[in-house]
Amino acid sequence: MADKNDGAQAARIRRSMRADRIATAVLAAIVGVVMLIVVSMVAYILFQGVGQLVKPGFLTEAARSNGTAGGVAYQLFDSFYLLVITLVISVPISLGGAVYLVEYAPDGPVTRIASTAIETLSSLPSIVVGMFGFLMFSVNFGWGYSLISGAIALTMFNIPILVRVIQQALEDVPSSQRDACLAMGLTRWETTVHVLIPAAMPAIVTGVVLSAGRVFGEAAALLFTSGMSSPARLNFLSLNFASPTCAWNIFRPGESLAVHIYKIYGEGSPEAQSIVWGTAALLMICVLLFNVLSRVAGKAIAKRMTAE
Amino acid sequence: MMNENNTTTVGSDSQAFSEAVCEARPAHISGVAISDEVVLETRDVNVYYGDHHALHDTSLAFHKGEITALIGPSGCGKSTFLRSLNLMNREIRGCRVEGQIVYRDHDINTRRENLYELRKSIGMVFQQPNPFRKSIRENITFAPKRHGLTDRAALDRLVEESLRGAALWDEVKDKLDESAYALSGGQQQRLCIARTLALNPDVILFDEPCSALDPISTLAIEDLMNQIAQERAIVIVTHNMEQAARVSNRTAFFYMGDMVEYGETDQIFQRPNDARLNDYLTGMFS
Repeated sequence: MADKNDGAQAARIRRSMRADRIATAVLAAIVGVVMLIVVSMVAYILFQGVGQLVKPGFLTEAARSNGTAGGVAYQLFDSFYLLVITLVISVPISLGGAVYLVEYAPDGPVTRIASTAIETLSSLPSIVVGMFGFLMFSVNFGWGYSLISGAIALTMFNIPILVRVIQQALEDVPSSQRDACLAMGLTRWETTVHVLIPAAMPAIVTGVVLSAGRVFGEAAALLFTSGMSSPARLNFLSLNFASPTCAWNIFRPGESLAVHIYKIYGEGSPEAQSIVWGTAALLMICVLLFNVLSRVAGKAIAKRMTAE
Repeated sequence: MMNENNTTTVGSDSQAFSEAVCEARPAHISGVAISDEVVLETRDVNVYYGDHHALHDTSLAFHKGEITALIGPSGCGKSTFLRSLNLMNREIRGCRVEGQIVYRDHDINTRRENLYELRKSIGMVFQQPNPFRKSIRENITFAPKRHGLTDRAALDRLVEESLRGAALWDEVKDKLDESAYALSGGQQQRLCIARTLALNPDVILFDEPCSALDPISTLAIEDLMNQIAQERAIVIVTHNMEQAARVSNRTAFFYMGDMVEYGETDQIFQRPNDARLNDYLTGMFS
C-alpha cells in the first residue's frame, strides 16, 4: 500500500516536473522568436540601408528632384526640430496635468472624467489626430502646412503618454516623503516642486525620452499638418523668423524622416529605393538611440541624486 | 478623563512585569506627572474616515516637559488621534476631524487655521525614517529656508545645533554634504528628529519612531526623547509596552476607537483600573 502510494506520488512529481520543463521551453521559445524578429528586422534594414547611409553627403545635403536624389539633411533637422517643439509644448502641460491628478485632484467625477479623457486621447488613431490638426490649425487658424501645426498634432498624442508616465513616477515616490514635508509646514506646492518632482525625476526623464522616440518616428499625424516637403533651401544662419527659408521659422512647412520614407517609397527608381532604405536605417538608429539614452539618462540622474 | 463605567480594580497580574520595567527606567524619568503647564489639549475629538467612525470623544491634555505615551492594540485609534494633533489627517482624502484641538488657548481645528504656521510649532517624526533624498545639511536647512531663513551663518549654526540636539553631530559633522541615505536606519531617524528640532517646535509627535530600528538605536532615540522633552511636550505612539513604561510620564490606553484609560504611567502599568487595559498589559490580546 505504502509502495503504491509512493509510486503514485513519484509519478505525480515526475509529471509536474515535466510540465515545468515544457513550460520553460515554450516560454523561452516565445522570447527567442520575439528577439529573432527584432534582430532580423534591424539587421535587414541596416543591411539594405547602410550603403546609402555612409554615402558622402547623405546626411549633410538637401534632397533633390523631389527627394529621389541627394540627401536627407533637412528631413533629419526637421525631425529633431519638430521633436523639440513638441516636447517644449507637451512636457510642461503633461507635468502640470499629472501633478494635479496625483497631488491635488479630489477623488471624484472630475478626476475620473479626466483620466478617461486622457486614455481616450491615447487610443485615437494618429491619422485622425492629423486630420483634426489639419482642419483646426492648418485651415481654421490659417497656419497652413507648418512645423507648429505638426508639433501640436504630435503634442496631442504625446500628452496622454507623458501624463501617464509622470503620474506613475509621482505615485512611486514613497508617501512618507510627502508626509515629512507637510508635517514641517510646507505647502503642497513646495512639497511637489522641491521633493516629489526631484525624487521622480529619473523616471520622468526616462519616460520623456522614450516618448520622444515614438514622436520622432511618427508619420501619419504629420502628413496633413507639417506637410510632405521641406523647403528646397534652408538658411540656418537667418534669424528672420518670418522668412520661409529660415530654418528656425516654425510657420514653414517641414518633413520628418518618416514622412519622407512614405513620400518617396512609391517612386520606382533604384536610386529612390536606395534613399528609402538609407532613411529607414537612419530613423531606426535614431529611435534605438533614444531608447538607450532614456535608460542611461534615467540611471545617471538616479545615481547622482542618491549617491552624492 | 478616566472611564467611569469600568469594572473592578484589578489585582494586577501585570504588576510584576510593570515593576520590573519601571525599575529599569533611567533615573530622570519619573513615570509620574511633573508639570501642570498644558501646551496642547483635545476636547471631544472625533475622527471619521468616510462613514467609519474611527475615534470617539477623546479628550486629553499634553504638558510641557512631559512625555505622554499612547498605547493600545493595532487599529485602536491611537495613530489616528496622533495624526489629528497636527491636522495631518486633513491630508487624507475622506478624513474628517471634529471637536476642539486647543494649542496654547486657541482652537486649531478650524478651516481658517494656517496649517503651515501650525506645523512649525507641532512637529512630527514618523515610523519609517524618511529623510529627503538630499544631503544631511539640506535635510536640516530645507524647511527653515522655505520658511524664510536665508542667512548662511545662521543656517550653519542651525545645522550644528539641531544635529547636536539630536545627538548626531559627532557622527556626521565631517560628511554634512553627503546623502542622508548613506546613514544607518537609527542615524536617519535621529536626522529626522534633528530636522524637526530645527523648527524649534513646542510639541513633537512621535508615531512609533523605533519600530523599524534595532535595540541599540531604539535606546538612543529614547534617550534623545528624554532630553528634548525638557523644553516641550512630547507625544509618542508605541506598540512597545516596555518603551511606554520606560520613557513616559503619562500614558493613555486606546481600545476600539475609545480612549479607555489615562493616567500617570506608573498607575497605568501597576494599578490599571480598566479590565481591558489589564488584559492588554498581561498579553491577553495585542
